[in-house]
Amino acid sequence: MTSVSASGAAPLDDVPLRRSPLARMAKRALRHPGFMAGTVVLAVLLLCSLAAPLITAYDPYAQDISRRLLPPVWQAKGTWEHWLGTDKLGRDYFARLLYGGRISLLIGVATVLVSGTIGTALGVAAGFFGGRVDLVIGYIINVRLALPVVLVALAAAALVGSSLNTVIIVLGLLLWDRFAVVARSATQQIAGADFVAAARSIGCSTRLIVLSEVLPNILNPLIVIATLEMAHAILLEAALSFLGLGVQPPLPSWGLMIAEGKQFMFFSPWVITVPGVALVALVLAINLLGDGLRDVTAPENRS
Amino acid sequence: MTIPVLELKDVTKTYAIRQGIFRPPATLTAVGGVSLTVARGEVHALVGESGSGKSTLARMLLGLIAPTSGEIRIDGVPIAMTNRREVARRIQPVFQDPYSSLNPRKTVADLIALPLVAHRIGSAKDRQKRVAAMLDAVGLPRRMIDAYPGQMSGGQRQRVAIARALVMQPDVLICDEPTSALDVSVQAQILNLLMDLKREFGLTYFFISHNLAVVEHLADRVAVMYLGRIVEERSREALFERASHPYSKALLDCVLTPDPTLGMPDAAITGAFPNPIAPPPGCTFHPRCPRATDHCRVAAPPPVPLADGFATCHLAT
Repeated sequence: MTSVSASGAAPLDDVPLRRSPLARMAKRALRHPGFMAGTVVLAVLLLCSLAAPLITAYDPYAQDISRRLLPPVWQAKGTWEHWLGTDKLGRDYFARLLYGGRISLLIGVATVLVSGTIGTALGVAAGFFGGRVDLVIGYIINVRLALPVVLVALAAAALVGSSLNTVIIVLGLLLWDRFAVVARSATQQIAGADFVAAARSIGCSTRLIVLSEVLPNILNPLIVIATLEMAHAILLEAALSFLGLGVQPPLPSWGLMIAEGKQFMFFSPWVITVPGVALVALVLAINLLGDGLRDVTAPENRS
Repeated sequence: MTIPVLELKDVTKTYAIRQGIFRPPATLTAVGGVSLTVARGEVHALVGESGSGKSTLARMLLGLIAPTSGEIRIDGVPIAMTNRREVARRIQPVFQDPYSSLNPRKTVADLIALPLVAHRIGSAKDRQKRVAAMLDAVGLPRRMIDAYPGQMSGGQRQRVAIARALVMQPDVLICDEPTSALDVSVQAQILNLLMDLKREFGLTYFFISHNLAVVEHLADRVAVMYLGRIVEERSREALFERASHPYSKALLDCVLTPDPTLGMPDAAITGAFPNPIAPPPGCTFHPRCPRATDHCRVAAPPPVPLADGFATCHLAT
């Protein structure tokens, strides 16, 4: 009891300092299992695919017809030489998986850059100016929502031929709708705030208001959308490549690996499970990261 | 006669309110025919209850919205003839709520320097010096220069808002209830700061408030607004000692006194604030006026000149 009353008069310098918002955010992030799992898995996948030449000595394009369809190491005839086996042309499956990760990540990032720019620009314009601008942009968003992504991608591939660039451009031009919707509603909220009126009466140009007052305040939800759309784009690329309309052989893409493996799946199921598991892991990691990011950056919105 | 800093001539702002597809839009008169002059160096207060059009008037003075008709002049030059940036150099705002008037993503330094950035004044180093000088002027420690609004108290935030308004060295500050969102103890500090700064920088204040105690403390002239119109405009002494308009009198009677033996004040006016879309005919105050006559119910009163101002009332003397 005496010790309690003694510590009641603690010196003032014992009072803990208030943490900065960034530090508090970091603490919430560390306590969020989904966010941490997503971050770790994504970081591992990212590092592995970027450092692919350091991890495997095999060339993902080198064919060896005498070593076709070797099983992975956990199967009866598997060897550590090709621990994930080889594909129908005798290429090392692990090497193709690593280099294929680069394609998936490239498509995810590039698509989100294109679609994020389009969607944010449209959404901010609609939310900030309102009125007729909002009507026109709302109409454009509705038109976009009425277009089935895969059908448009099929048509584009038929028109200009399928390639990595086509996939990125087509997906980038199609996946901006969620950015636009979220940016629009977030901007509408911000545009009514006093600090935007203050900036206007201070004499800021519209450009300055949008860049320095609106955009920094709607960034959090947009980052969340970016992660979700990245996962979406990676899945769509896999689907398009599976249909033969995305990335073209011999580029290693996970969707393409599944497509090329489908004729062997009854006797060598690992040819599709290996890239399939990789795809699931990547998309799951990005989605967990996105969900976690939403919780971590906006604690007041947590359910 | 010197030219007043601010001059409002018959300023009106109306809004069209849609009432459905088949009914014609109704007109809401937020501000109706307001004429005022504000002399350099004075504190001109505007009082009135919520919804009386005070903030709409402030937004027009700041150039955020344009009047439907009428004219606002700054130093004799109509606001409509000058561009928004030019107006902003002369008139700066202090908003009611310092929690929403500061961008939460910016540091104090960026917030205060924003007018300088917007008007491309000075180099980065120059701006930093002026920011530091403003921090001193509003009584904030310089170590707060990198703080975010979220780390500050309401009073500190309002000091930042005042520093931001003053960094351009404007002539006029439009203070839209600058203390009503603050704690009582902090209110006095901010009001005293405003008065000190007025002396130091030779400012003119257009001070919007519903707190009559605050108005009595610092205003030189007071305008009372009701339903978008100025019902009385007097010097402070005249208004607080011999208000002419029944509405002004009622407002003054409503002020709570610290003396508990007096009990709750008698509300001289009854009824609710009328619908501004369909204002009462004649004098708009007549349904609530204890002294209304039959004449008040049909004829709108003209402004009656008094010794040091005017009152818009048939019974004013």
